[in-house]
Amino acid sequence: MGSIDNIGAVASPAPADPQGAKSEYLLEVAGVRKAFPGVVALDNVCLRIRPGTVHALMGENGAGKSTLMKIVAGVYVPDQGTMHLHGREMRLTSPLDALQNGIAMIHQELNLMPFMTVAENIWIRREPHNSLGLIDHGELRRKTQELFDALNIDIDPEIEIQHLSISNRQMVEIAKAVSYNSDVLIMDEPTSALTEHEVGHLFTIIRQLRDQGKGIIYITHKMNELFEIADEVSVFRDGRYIGTERAADVTRDDIIRMMVGREITQMFPKEEVPIGDIRLSVRNLTLDGVFKDVSFDVRAGEILGFAGLIGSGRSNVAEALFGVTPATSGTIEINGKKVDIDSPSKAIAQGISFLTEDRKESGCFLILDVLENMQMAVVGQKFVRGGFVEQKKLTEECKEMSAKLSVKTPTMYERVENLSGGNQQKVLIGRWLLTNPSILILDEPTRGIDVGAKAEIHKLITRLAGRGVAVIMISSELPEVLGMSDRILVMHEGRVTGILNRAEADQVKIMELAAK
Amino acid sequence: MAVGNAATVDMTKSTEKTRKIRLPSEARIFLVLIGVALVFEALGWIIIGQSFLLNKERLIVMILQMSVIGIIAVGVTQVIITGGIDLSSGSVLALSAMVAASLAQEAGYARAVYPSLTGISVFWPIISGILVGLVCGWINGALIAYTAIPPFIATLGMYVSARGLAKWYTHGSPVSMLTDDYAWIGSGAIPVVIFLIVALIFHIALRYTRYGKFTYAIGANRQAARVSGINVGRHLIVVYCLAGLLSGLAGIVTSARAITGQAGMGMGYELDAIAGAVIGGTSLSGGAGRITGTVIGTIILGVMTSGFTFLRIDAYYQEIVKGIIIVAAVVADQYRQKTRRSV
Ligand SMILES: Nc1ncnc2c1ncn2[C@@H]1O[C@H](COP(=O)(O)OP(=O)(O)OP(=O)(O)O)[C@@H](O)[C@H]1O
Ligand SMILES: [Mg+2]
Repeated sequence: MGSIDNIGAVASPAPADPQGAKSEYLLEVAGVRKAFPGVVALDNVCLRIRPGTVHALMGENGAGKSTLMKIVAGVYVPDQGTMHLHGREMRLTSPLDALQNGIAMIHQELNLMPFMTVAENIWIRREPHNSLGLIDHGELRRKTQELFDALNIDIDPEIEIQHLSISNRQMVEIAKAVSYNSDVLIMDEPTSALTEHEVGHLFTIIRQLRDQGKGIIYITHKMNELFEIADEVSVFRDGRYIGTERAADVTRDDIIRMMVGREITQMFPKEEVPIGDIRLSVRNLTLDGVFKDVSFDVRAGEILGFAGLIGSGRSNVAEALFGVTPATSGTIEINGKKVDIDSPSKAIAQGISFLTEDRKESGCFLILDVLENMQMAVVGQKFVRGGFVEQKKLTEECKEMSAKLSVKTPTMYERVENLSGGNQQKVLIGRWLLTNPSILILDEPTRGIDVGAKAEIHKLITRLAGRGVAVIMISSELPEVLGMSDRILVMHEGRVTGILNRAEADQVKIMELAAK
Repeated sequence: MAVGNAATVDMTKSTEKTRKIRLPSEARIFLVLIGVALVFEALGWIIIGQSFLLNKERLIVMILQMSVIGIIAVGVTQVIITGGIDLSSGSVLALSAMVAASLAQEAGYARAVYPSLTGISVFWPIISGILVGLVCGWINGALIAYTAIPPFIATLGMYVSARGLAKWYTHGSPVSMLTDDYAWIGSGAIPVVIFLIVALIFHIALRYTRYGKFTYAIGANRQAARVSGINVGRHLIVVYCLAGLLSGLAGIVTSARAITGQAGMGMGYELDAIAGAVIGGTSLSGGAGRITGTVIGTIILGVMTSGFTFLRIDAYYQEIVKGIIIVAAVVADQYRQKTRRSV
């Protein structure tokens, strides 16, 4: 996938046009077409952005939103079409070129260097130098602090990226994009890694920028965000432009109809299923310095939601249960038997499956194809005879699963890195559903997934619970946690602050416990 | 390089639904092989008025030479697919050649390394040679899996130590007077047969077994592999053990062919093997590569070496050109990846 960093090229300044025709639009894109081997990602697409507005882009997974934005940000060169900025025609040759023309983009996947500090990442290629021509680290730190103060972000500029949680990394990406002070700022699903609290913070930043007259393009799958922050919304379907509306003039259902061409009635298809015996019982689980004394039970057929803010330790608990980073003390019992899980392979042998939160780092095998990605977990347990993989059978299963999840890909042999973000997520969900677990842990399962597919995935999860699987679902989307869970466990700073029953839980109570 | 260009032309043309027609990467490498061979053929006629290809002796020498490198290259290919590297193959080859040869000396040879163990069954030198390779590979793998040492450093250590051990073993003197049974392993077409069987086994293992799937997964994304339930450490040990084992096997073949074991055997073979794998399309960043490609890549190297000798080009120039071609292959690999990624 093209990132700013692997496509370095020499910048060519856009031809200056002093008399440049004034336009009421900041950015105009027209007639854009872009094809990849096997798919036409965009066909005759247009988009017009006014200055001082937040413009949302919506569409199903694989509709072409990210591709269009990568064209605007100079990552891809379109096959056809034109682009005007401030009424001047532009032909971008690289992301650097786009930045110099005043267009910055926050990509759907994080693109920070893990072994460099926050400050170094933000000012990369723009480091301040001292009189000896060396990088001035004091100034670097000062500039970063100044930026963070202005944005009200509380992260140490000198810490290495690898030590940050993914939500904090996302905040760094946001700060980095803002630091370019560009006229057009593109945000591709910036909130998919953030919790409600940081989303509010991000919106404050966005409003500040909007009031400075900048144009903000905002891609999201979350309807409530759309109505909260967007002034206008453009909808795409299957690589085609469907239309633009003022956010105030449309309803959620209008948007969905434009997106998918049909209605989606039931959002959280929660069904009451018989709750069985205790499957997983956790007592006083502790990982020094990360979480402490975490205790809870999950029963067969039950969905236990995990809510909490960034750094509350929800994902760490899940990682401990799965043996990614084993806990330092405490006990885990499965079906009444004490187990010792110190690696994911042991966890899988105990019937646990775990969808991780970071799909790029610990999820996808980007250079392998869809089939390999889907089968990699199940192949460790099933579909193998004498070491040989029963590929035919397995391929059939994978195809079936990918149809069930409506993964949009030309073939099963497409590299996963060529799939849209939401479709990559579906492949990973498929990987874990294939293993047929008895305990399923999902960390942000519907991250980056469109409304229609989301409802499908929720249905699948409900059906699994109906078959007696114990499900733990971590989600930063409160409506999802509330809609799907039988009980909700809330964490704050590494401790469990409460477990609410479905009947008594609501947003306010959860937020109270989460901030306790 | 031609490889890279072919790839791009192809990509732009196949924009729509013609994707299926794309040549598999092996076919492209194969075309390069044919090209290289034809260039030498042409130069042969122009410079010394002889055919390069239509010379049985030369072809046989070429193929035999290549077989040993090829056996190593197969092991190295799977190591590179996991995202690692093995610099120790040549030294491990020498060590196992020495050990195997010392157990294959003729009965009653007075100056044998182990006078009491002369004339024993050929089974023992073979087993011991392979075991030596396996143990060296295991040490490589264990260091890489259980300490934070990068593969480059771990196998660099083995590169130096195994060569040292090989010299220490007989204080530098060669091991000779080997039995006919042992020498048979290196005679006629046997090395080629061994190479082809090894290549076939690993081709199947990488493509159709769980072992293969896990090997690619680890190279593509180690963390994701671990989370998918793969015991990464254990798997890496197996991969390096097998690479070591194949170096050991190559040591047996080499000493049997030369009918002597010498501490200086296999010098620089590790680099030829890596080059063969890379020319054959194995990606040094891990996660991609095939045995078929490696086999063709190794043949390309073999053709080049033998072609230069045939044209009586100075050994210095040979090395210079070989170096350039290896670098060009890696550049082509990067280029291929980039076009795939950013198209
Ligand atoms: N580099 C690429 N190579 C091949 N196909 C690609 C590439 N990038 C995108 N595509 C295809 O283009 C289509 C549009 O993808 P895009 O990433 O723009 O979707 P999206 O609207 O951003 O979806 P999502 O909501 O899931 O992020 C998809 O079908 C995808 O498979
Ligand atoms: Mg996208």
